[in-house]
Amino acid sequence: MKTGSEKETRLHIDAATCAGCGRCVTVCPFGALESDGSVAVVNANCTFCGACVDRCPFGSIVLHRAKRAGGADLSAYRGVWVFGEQLDGRIQPVVYELIGAGRALADKLGEPLGVVVLGSRMDSACRDLLAYPVDQVLQVDAPELAVYASEPYATALSRLAEERKPAIVLAGATAVGRSFLARVAVSVHTGITADCTGLDITEDGLLRQTRPAFGGNIMASILCANHRPQMATVRHGVMRAASRQSRGGTLEKVAMPRAVFSSRTRRLDFMAEMGDRLNLSDAQVVVAGGRGLGGADGFAMLEELAGRLGGAVAASRGAVDAGWAAYARQVGQTGRTVNPKLYIACGISGAVQHRVGMAGSEVIVAINNDPEAPIFEVATYGILADVREAVPALIEALGPPTGRTE
Amino acid sequence: MKIVVCIKQVPDTSEVRINPETNTLVREGVDSVINPFDTYAVEEAVRWRERLGQGRVTVLSMGPHQTEAALREALSLGADAAVLLSDRAFAGADTWSTSLTLAQALRRLKPDLILTGKQAIDGDTAQTGPGIACHLDLPQVCYVSKIRSISHGLAVVERLLDHGREVVEVQLPALLTVVKELNQPRLPSLQGKFAAQAAGIVVWGASELGLSAAAVGLDGSPTAVERIFSPPGRSAGEMVPGKSVQEKVAAVVSRLQPLLASLATGPDA
Repeated sequence: MKTGSEKETRLHIDAATCAGCGRCVTVCPFGALESDGSVAVVNANCTFCGACVDRCPFGSIVLHRAKRAGGADLSAYRGVWVFGEQLDGRIQPVVYELIGAGRALADKLGEPLGVVVLGSRMDSACRDLLAYPVDQVLQVDAPELAVYASEPYATALSRLAEERKPAIVLAGATAVGRSFLARVAVSVHTGITADCTGLDITEDGLLRQTRPAFGGNIMASILCANHRPQMATVRHGVMRAASRQSRGGTLEKVAMPRAVFSSRTRRLDFMAEMGDRLNLSDAQVVVAGGRGLGGADGFAMLEELAGRLGGAVAASRGAVDAGWAAYARQVGQTGRTVNPKLYIACGISGAVQHRVGMAGSEVIVAINNDPEAPIFEVATYGILADVREAVPALIEALGPPTGRTE
Repeated sequence: MKIVVCIKQVPDTSEVRINPETNTLVREGVDSVINPFDTYAVEEAVRWRERLGQGRVTVLSMGPHQTEAALREALSLGADAAVLLSDRAFAGADTWSTSLTLAQALRRLKPDLILTGKQAIDGDTAQTGPGIACHLDLPQVCYVSKIRSISHGLAVVERLLDHGREVVEVQLPALLTVVKELNQPRLPSLQGKFAAQAAGIVVWGASELGLSAAAVGLDGSPTAVERIFSPPGRSAGEMVPGKSVQEKVAAVVSRLQPLLASLATGPDA
């Protein structure tokens, strides 16, 4: 093993003072420390996060952070870009949140904010984006971009980023954003952080990207110091959406050679399983059912409740495994993560695996007839009642359906 | 048909807790498991080998020597061979350098199909799969819920999107990331377990892969963790009072009024 020069980041455990107490082993989020009872050693799982350093009562652990030399001329990179994701020609809701967050970052840096739209016949949608506080909309228009495909999307955005050199590129942490932005990052050789819930600018002018890991049990802030652009996907529903407030931005159509749009995948068919209204990721209200519903018919009741609230229906793993709801609706560790304004958990006990998928919701209402159900530990409001009585009562109390304008 | 499944050994996050006094992560007694999404990828690879009546399934992972346990588990579930990428130089790798390292091993293994879970439940990034595909200049399909067919250098798959299901044809070799819906993984047989314990696992380090230490691990990673902290805890709220279900429901509805009103008017756009 190499011994330390300042060129190398390493975690040093002083064997002379280490008591092998194992305290560091228990605090390491990555299982990177092992102790044989007399001395602790670090393995290749180490991410150099430093969580162990403070925990050591003997001061035996020292984290040497190397000063890394910058590669390319980073000052050439300016401005914040937002990926203007579209579906069927409509700009997706998360884009307005990215514009809100991106505007704040751009203002802190004193640099412009751009939106990149990849699609086909997006002229009017692109013009409409100029009604928001953006400085520039970059439009790449081609029939091959009408429907998302990873290769043309990644190639087009990589090419644009290499030419124009933005300092920051943000995309929604949607199925699309998470599928292709990592490709862009590899191709332009820069860092990317997934599913961020916080973005800020450090004193040094870097993008501080904060994200949950371990199912939300810990938070990490991530920096990309020596590569550009700094790229991140951003969780939907966390950032505040920008208001319509034009800055008199400009629209530029960017032409690209046809070869950019070549793809080795081809869409054969698309089956819309859930209508737009039921898109779990976009829903502001999610009504979720678990085993406590007692059967598939319980979900009809939840559909009605969701209809009253203009929301979507979700399910716990238990309900999905029982065959009462489709997997696409499963919220939790092996399903999807949602963070709506309102989450109503109906007959869900609330095992940790479920909670990691919904604990980020703004307000949580839990209905359960078991006072010990763990779901009550995260609920804003708990209703101790039989879900088969409480849900109809809730539908009744809410009155007629709310009109939802789209 | 050569299939390589990329797996990750992760702590069983459902057992990970925060110590409220020290505000740190408690990992004591937490088991390591194969990332759940990767188990569906292993099962699918084995099923296709069985269905096609030919081929070879190799499981590939990067991590410290303990990762062998995850690879042996995959062998007991039907994989034919296992490769572990292990080297002190790999420490601190972010998704860029992890995908580079795995891609370098895949160049040697030359698979027709690469499968992996949609994301790992510890990092939750979903970036390593697409990263590998890009390093290898291969097409990718993410969130695959069904592989309909594999023939004549093409695969037809279904992928789960936010708003529905897409049927995609992809040219092989390709990388697919998979979701849970794909299949129901089998349990290991006793015979499989014995064979897995006896099996040899190939271990490659940076030099075997022809990678310089500067290209891998933390040195090869564009991103670095600045700090780790506990999220603001979510404390239990109010058990609403009421003698009857109707009273309790009414109490909740009245507390929700401001929120419901703001939802009705929509965002401040």
